[in-house]
Amino acid sequence: MKEFDYRRAQDVTGAVALLAAAADARFLGGGTNLVDLMKSGVERPDLLVDVRELPLDRVESTADGGLRIGATVTNSDLAAHPDVRRRYPALTQAVLAGASGQLRNMATVGGNLLQRTRCGYFTDVSGPCNKRVPGSGCPAVAGEHHNHAVLGASGHCVAVHPSDMGVALTAFDAQVRYETLDGPGEVPLTDLYLPVGDTPHRETTLPPGALITHITLPPAPLAAHSRYRKVRERASYAFAIGSVAAALDMKDGQVREARLALGAVASRPWRARAAETVLTGAPATGETFAAAADAELAAAAPLPDNGYKVTLMRNLMVSVLTELAEGDAR
Amino acid sequence: MTTTTPGPPALRTAVGTARTRVEGREKVTGTARYAGEIPFADLAHGWLVLSPITRGRIRDIDTAPVLAMPGVLTVLHHGNAPRLYTDYVGMLGTPPDPAAVVFQHDKVPFAGWPVALVVAETPEEAREAAETLAVTYDREPHSTVLTADDPDAYPAAGFMPAATEKGDLQGRLASSAVVVDEEYTTPEEQHSMMEPHAATARWEGGRLEVVDSNQGAGWVQSELATLFSLDASSVRVRSEHIGGGFGSKGLRAHQVSAVMAATALRRPVRVVLTRRQTFSLAGYRSPTTQRVRLGADADGRLRALDHRSLNQTSTVYEFVEPSAGVARVLYDADAHRTANHVVRLDVPSPTWMRAPGEAPGSFAIESALDELAERAGIDPVELRLRNEPETGPVSGLPFSSNNLAACLREGARRFGWADRDPRPGIRYDGRWLLGTGMAAASFGAGAMPSTALVTAEASGSYTVRIAAADIGTGARTALTLIAADALETTPERVHVRIGDSDFGPAMIAGGSMGTRSWAWAVTAAATELRERLAVTQDIPPEGITVRSDTTEALGALAQKERHSFGAQFAEVAVDTSSGEIRVRRMLGIFAAGRIVNPLTARNQLVGGMTWGISMALHEEAVRDRNTGRHYSPDLAGYHVATHADVPDIEADWVDDHDPDDPIGIKGVGEIGIVGAAAAVANAVWHATGVRHRNLPIRPDRVLAAAALPPSDSGPADA
Repeated sequence: MKEFDYRRAQDVTGAVALLAAAADARFLGGGTNLVDLMKSGVERPDLLVDVRELPLDRVESTADGGLRIGATVTNSDLAAHPDVRRRYPALTQAVLAGASGQLRNMATVGGNLLQRTRCGYFTDVSGPCNKRVPGSGCPAVAGEHHNHAVLGASGHCVAVHPSDMGVALTAFDAQVRYETLDGPGEVPLTDLYLPVGDTPHRETTLPPGALITHITLPPAPLAAHSRYRKVRERASYAFAIGSVAAALDMKDGQVREARLALGAVASRPWRARAAETVLTGAPATGETFAAAADAELAAAAPLPDNGYKVTLMRNLMVSVLTELAEGDAR
Repeated sequence: MTTTTPGPPALRTAVGTARTRVEGREKVTGTARYAGEIPFADLAHGWLVLSPITRGRIRDIDTAPVLAMPGVLTVLHHGNAPRLYTDYVGMLGTPPDPAAVVFQHDKVPFAGWPVALVVAETPEEAREAAETLAVTYDREPHSTVLTADDPDAYPAAGFMPAATEKGDLQGRLASSAVVVDEEYTTPEEQHSMMEPHAATARWEGGRLEVVDSNQGAGWVQSELATLFSLDASSVRVRSEHIGGGFGSKGLRAHQVSAVMAATALRRPVRVVLTRRQTFSLAGYRSPTTQRVRLGADADGRLRALDHRSLNQTSTVYEFVEPSAGVARVLYDADAHRTANHVVRLDVPSPTWMRAPGEAPGSFAIESALDELAERAGIDPVELRLRNEPETGPVSGLPFSSNNLAACLREGARRFGWADRDPRPGIRYDGRWLLGTGMAAASFGAGAMPSTALVTAEASGSYTVRIAAADIGTGARTALTLIAADALETTPERVHVRIGDSDFGPAMIAGGSMGTRSWAWAVTAAATELRERLAVTQDIPPEGITVRSDTTEALGALAQKERHSFGAQFAEVAVDTSSGEIRVRRMLGIFAAGRIVNPLTARNQLVGGMTWGISMALHEEAVRDRNTGRHYSPDLAGYHVATHADVPDIEADWVDDHDPDDPIGIKGVGEIGIVGAAAAVANAVWHATGVRHRNLPIRPDRVLAAAALPPSDSGPADA
C-alpha cells in the first residue's frame, strides 16, 4: 500500500485549501468507497483530507419549502429524517435500498454522489480500463457487461453509476452546491455528471478541487407521492441491476406532472425526461405508462448480454407508475 | 434419542443434548485468535504476486528495484526458490496441487498463478513492493471456456469409478412410456469462507512450526514434511480456530511460500491470502454440464437412467467433480449408466467444495426427476417413494440404513405437501407467482482412521487430544459430549484439545467424516481409560493416558452402502416482470445418523440449505471470455445469500443411526446442501411453468424465460 498523509479539516475553506496545496489529494467522507479503491490500488492519493467533522451534517428546511442537506449527513441520518420521509419518501426508500446498515452509518451524502462505478474492470488494476487508465481500452464491451449501461454509454465505457440515492435526488431536481478556492458554486445534479463520450475518466463538471457542501431540493409537493423500487440479484446488499424513482401528480385520472429517474442503466442517474413528456397531461393508464417507458427506452443501445435491462426497465417503470396511480386512486 | 452403548441411566446423557460451543465466548468476544492475528516476535510478512496472464511463461522478474524498497527483505521466485519433492500421493490419496507447490518452474498454467513472494517488515511494505514488482511474460493462447461437447473431455475416476453401466440403455429408453432428456449446467462456485487462508511459519528449536488455518493439521503437516523432505517429527502444524473451510483449506500456496521464506530468512514469516487471491489459489467448485436421460413406465417406475457429467480442471492437476455419483445411490433402473468426465483447461485447479459431486449432481438428477413427475403426471414425492432402491443400484450392497422414505413422508407432512395443486403458473400473491418444489438428497457416511489421546488428570478432570479441526462446525463441542459419555462424566470435566499435528494422525474435517472418525477414536481411548481407572485408583501427577487407533476397527467394517439421506422442500415467489425470486420458506428433513449436538447439527444443516438457496439463485464466479480471467473476484462481485435471502428455514431429522458405528453417527456436514438447489428450481417451475436448467436462476434468465411463448417451457438459456 502506498503511504499517504491524513489531515482533518476544521472548516470548509480550510478543507479546500488543504486539498489544493497537495499534489494528489482526495476528500475523505465515510471512506466506504475511497478506502476500498485505495486498497485495490485504483486510487493512490498522497493526502486524504477528512471532511467528516465539517459543520455540514444537518438536514434543514428551506424558506421556500424545500430541503437543504449537508454533504456530510450520513446516508442513515438522511433516510431517517422526518422531513425526508414525509416529503420525499422515494429518497428514503432509495437510501435504505443501498448498501448495508453499517455502510449507511458511515457513508455521506456528498460521497454517495461521487462514488465510483463498481465495474469489475475498473477495480482490477492488472487489466485495461479507459476510466482508470485513459486510452487503455474497455474490456467490458466485448467481455462481461451483464450489468452495464444501456443508455448514454459509448464504445469507450459502458460502466454504470452505482448510487441509489442519486436516482431519487435526480428525480427531484436536486442542486449540488460546492466550494472552491474561488468561492462557492452550484450545479443541477442532472448536469453534475459529464457525458461518457471518449473521456470516461472525466466524470463530473465540478471545478478541480471543489468540495460538495450541500444538496438542495426545491419544493415539490408531488414528491410526497413518490416511490423507489430497486431490482438486484439478491434481496439485500447488492447494487441495482435496474431501479426507478418516480413521483406522480394526478387529477381526475390525468397526469398533471411526473418525475421519473432510472438507476443502473447509465454512467449517471438517468432522468427520464422523454417519459415525463409522454406522461404529462396524459391519462394515467397502463397504455400511457408503457408508451412513456418505450419513449425513454427508444434510445437504449444494449450490448449482447444486457438486453434484459431494457425489458426490466420497461416493466419496472410501468409497475411503479401503476402502483403510484392506483395508490392515488384509492 | 437412543444410545447404543450401555451405561448407567444417569450417565451418558451428554450426546443428544443441545450445547452451545465450548469456545463460543472466546469467539464472540474476539479473544479467540485466528491464524492471521496470532502475534509473533520478529515477524516478517510475505505477499504473493500472481500472474495476470492466463497461459505462458515468465520471461523475467526484475527484483532489484523492489529489493531497494523500504522494508523489503527478499523476493522468492522460480529462479531462487528451493526445489521441492512432489512425486508423492498424500494421506487423502491425492498428489499435491502444483498451484500450492510454488516457484518450481517458469510456466504459467492459469491466471492467478503464484509467480513470486515479496517479504518485508510490514504487510503494507510487502504489498506495495509486490504490486510494484515487474514481471514480464511470454504469452501463449489459452482456452478457459467449458463446453458440453469438448472433444478433449475424458472419463476420470477421482474418488470413485469414472463410469458404471448395466443393462440396455438405448433399448430401455426406446421402450419407456415417459422420457426425459435434458442438459443442466452449474457455474463455477467459490467457497467464500469468512476467513481467508493465513499461515505463519517459523523454525523453533530445530522444528518447523506452522500456525495455519486448515481442515487438518496432521494432513498439512505430512504434506509440508514430504514437500520439504523433512522428518515428519520435525514439523508441527497448529490450527486452533478456523473461520470456515468447506473443502478449500488444505495444502495451499500460502503455507508453502511461508515455509520457504521462513527458511530463507531464519525468522517467522506470515502469508495471508486476499479474498481476490483465494479465487485462483484456494480451489473452487468446477462448473459442470450434465446430461440426464430418464425413461420410466407410465406409473413412474424408472427403467432407464443415464447421467453424464463434465467438469473442468487445470492443465496441471486433475480434479473430478463426481456429479454423476449421486445416481449410484438414489435411483435404480434396469438400464443404468453414470459417467464423470473432465476436460483440462487453462484455469485454476478446482477442489472439494461442500458436497462435491452431490451438490451439482443432485441439481441435475433431482430436476430431471421433477420433469419426469410432471410428464408422467405423478406427484414428485410419490415418484421418489416408488423408486427407492432396496440395495445399492450399482454395488448391489445392502444399505447400512436408508431412511429416505421417512424423510420424504415426514417432510411432506410438515410442509403441507398433500394440499399442493400440481399445476404450474396459477398461484398469485400480488405481483408474485408462487410455487413449491422438493428434492431428495444423499451423501456418503464414512469414517477414516484416527488416533486420539485421552488423559485422566489427577485433578479428576479429563483431557482429550486429537488432531481434529473445528472449522466452525462445533467439532470441539461435539467431541466434548462424546468423551463425557464415554468417560461417564459430565462435559464440564472434559477438556478437548484439537488442531495440533503433535496429537497424532487423524481424519481431516471433510467428507462429512470428521466427527464420526474422531468420535470413534475418542470413544475407543476413553472406554479403555475407564476400564483402566476401574482397577487403578491412584492417578499420578502426569495423569494416566490412553491412546487409541481406529485403523483396525475400520478395516474390519463390512462393505455396505453407507449414506445420509434427506428431503428438501421449498416455497418460492417469482416476479416474472422483474426477474426477482424470493424463497419464502424451506424445510429439510434428514436421516443423518445419531445427532451428537442438536444445536450445532441444525446449524450445519440450515447452513447447507442456505448455501443451496445461494447456489440456486446467486452464486456464480464469472470469467472474462476473452482474457480468461476472473471478473470482479470479490464478495461484491460474487454474491452469496444474505440474511434477507434466507427465509423461514427449518431443518430437522428422523430417527436414524449407523448400526456399525460405536455411537451411531453418520455426519451432517454436507447433506444439507444436497438437493436444496433443485428444490428451489423445481419450485420456480411450479410457480412459473418454466424450467430453469442453468444455475444460478438470475433475474435476466427469469425475464428471458417470461419472454418465451407460454406453451414453451423449454430451456431458458439466457
